[in-house]
Amino acid sequence: MAKSPRSGTRALGGIKPSGALAGVVPFFAYTTVFLLIPTLVVIIAAFVSDGHLTLGNVRALGNAGFLTALKQSIILSALTAIIGAVVGGILAYAVSTARPDGILKRFITSLCGVLAQFGGVALAFAFIASFGAQGMISAWMKKAGVGPSSTLWLYQWDKGVLLVYLYFQIPLMLIVFLPAVEGLRPQWREATETLGGTTWTYWRRVAMPILFPSFVGATLLLFTNAFSAYATAAALVSQAQPLVPLQIAGTFTSETVLGQANVGKAMALAMVVVVAIVMTIYAWLDKRSSKWLVR
Amino acid sequence: MSVASPNAERGVAVELTELRRSYGPVNALDSMTLHLAPGEFVALLGPSGCGKTTALRCLAGLEDPDAGTITIGGRDVTALPTNKRDLGMVFQAYSLFPHMTARQNVEFGLEMRGQDKSTRARRAGDMLDLVGLSSQADRYAHQMSGGQQQRVALARALAISPQVLLLDEPLSALDAKVRTQLRDEIRRIQLEIGTTTLFVTHDQEEALAVADRVGVMRAGRLEQLAPPQELYARPATAFVAEFVGLTNRLAGRASGGRAEVLGVSLPLLAGSGDGNVEVLVRPEGIEATPDPNGNATVLSAAFLGAHGRVTARTDGGEQVEVQVASAALPSFEPGQRVRVTPRGDAALAVAR
Ligand SMILES: Nc1ncnc2c1ncn2[C@@H]1O[C@H](COP(=O)(O)OP(=O)(O)OP(=O)(O)O)[C@@H](O)[C@H]1O
Ligand SMILES: [Mg+2]
Repeated sequence: MAKSPRSGTRALGGIKPSGALAGVVPFFAYTTVFLLIPTLVVIIAAFVSDGHLTLGNVRALGNAGFLTALKQSIILSALTAIIGAVVGGILAYAVSTARPDGILKRFITSLCGVLAQFGGVALAFAFIASFGAQGMISAWMKKAGVGPSSTLWLYQWDKGVLLVYLYFQIPLMLIVFLPAVEGLRPQWREATETLGGTTWTYWRRVAMPILFPSFVGATLLLFTNAFSAYATAAALVSQAQPLVPLQIAGTFTSETVLGQANVGKAMALAMVVVVAIVMTIYAWLDKRSSKWLVR
Repeated sequence: MSVASPNAERGVAVELTELRRSYGPVNALDSMTLHLAPGEFVALLGPSGCGKTTALRCLAGLEDPDAGTITIGGRDVTALPTNKRDLGMVFQAYSLFPHMTARQNVEFGLEMRGQDKSTRARRAGDMLDLVGLSSQADRYAHQMSGGQQQRVALARALAISPQVLLLDEPLSALDAKVRTQLRDEIRRIQLEIGTTTLFVTHDQEEALAVADRVGVMRAGRLEQLAPPQELYARPATAFVAEFVGLTNRLAGRASGGRAEVLGVSLPLLAGSGDGNVEVLVRPEGIEATPDPNGNATVLSAAFLGAHGRVTARTDGGEQVEVQVASAALPSFEPGQRVRVTPRGDAALAVAR
């Protein structure tokens, strides 16, 4: 019999077989082209104006409008991330208890896939058509004499926008968190019970600690997802620019002030910094729990 | 309690009586009765899907029987939840809590029982010693081999000094060598602490090697419960005879407790039929000798290590498996004439 190839053996911390390296080349190419280069462009452009190095763009960020937008962007992202993570997490657990190959589960996961991608914009228009000034439901409510007298709430970042964001945050949470929930083995619950523990013990001592790293990771992903979302906000908000992505877009389309585009790049740099901070927090949390994780 | 002291009185009687459990149209347990004596090690053996796991899980309280009663130490526990039954359970695989070290896993059940930190630490140390893993106490599950993980699982189950120890195919995910090693170790530890033990397996060799008594299950019922030698030598049914070890089915005529097979009269076991029968004779219950005037022709001969096996076809057209000494194997060539004769051990006869 021929000698079996080495590929089946596990690389124990040492040098991996070259085949494994070949596999990551597309990944590095992809991140370089679509992530690294744009980030570098943003960072460099933030410090350039009319072909000269300058701190002017960054200094321009100090104006009240941008700082408010940054604060509101962070609050909106954090709120929708936390609410989305909790609601989506509970839904993921509910879905994981359904029959594994059942039609219900397949339907919900594919629906969530679509919603997480496109839910925001589609829903924004659906909301405008229903609750907007000319909306069907608004008209009906006005006739019936119920509901809020104004439809302005729909266009405010901390009301309508927040609500609509949840429509893609919750499905996204469900999709990214479901594998972790499904990784919980029934033996762990049964072992807890035979050792004298209750259902509560199981959740507190076993399931929650095991899920925690994935939960935090997913929540941070939701945060960056909301933080960088543009289309949904743009669809709902037309006049003011209460969020950073809207402000950036504004600097690029503004015809009144020349040189604003460079300020936009400085704003983008600020976003990169926020995301970098989030990633650092994640890396730190991950290191704490990674002792027991299999990689 | 000291782990090392022989403590056979610890064991309690366990009785499963007329358990029924169905999943839709499938009767996983069909009036299953199984009684374990205090401190006894019983292996449940049977083909896949015969209800072994279901029986064990009903005893553990992880599954509710539709009917029947379960008692542990004379106490009816049929309606008692799992966490009140005082059991140790070892699963097939992957049951260690992945975010806890081996030591923390073993301490878990002691913590549930409200024992203080130093008692827990001492007991966990003793148990890891018992399974020979003191040096791995601070490892996580993914840092240990499958066999080591199962040892920790065993230590964890035993740490709480359970009244009953339940094992559901704890060795089936391990390779052959580790499997026999750990199986003997489980038996050694069980004898040492004397806990009544139910061990589920579909590996007959494993069952015969470790158990005081082996229960053979078929389609939700217990076919026979007997010590290993008796089960092998005196199977109660054809199913048991064929499931436990190899057996030949040879045509014969039975009357008055004896049957004539290949020209030899054999005593028949209780439960045998009369008239035209098939007699179940083990390969080692038959002798083969090279003989030009014999009654069979060799089809093949195989070397199996400690002994050899010759397959022959009799002049009556029946195929017979015969066990021979390894040293004698070279004298059996395919096509050669041989004489095959039953040695005369008692056998089971079933209606043809
Ligand atoms: N949760 C369940 N739902 C439906 N049917 C089940 C369930 N659990 C067991 N069964 C059925 O009950 C029967 C007995 O199953 P059980 O798991 O007890 O068999 P087993 O003897 O342990 O088999 P194996 O050796 O394969 O583990 C099988 O036919 C099985 O398909
Ligand atoms: Mg089973």
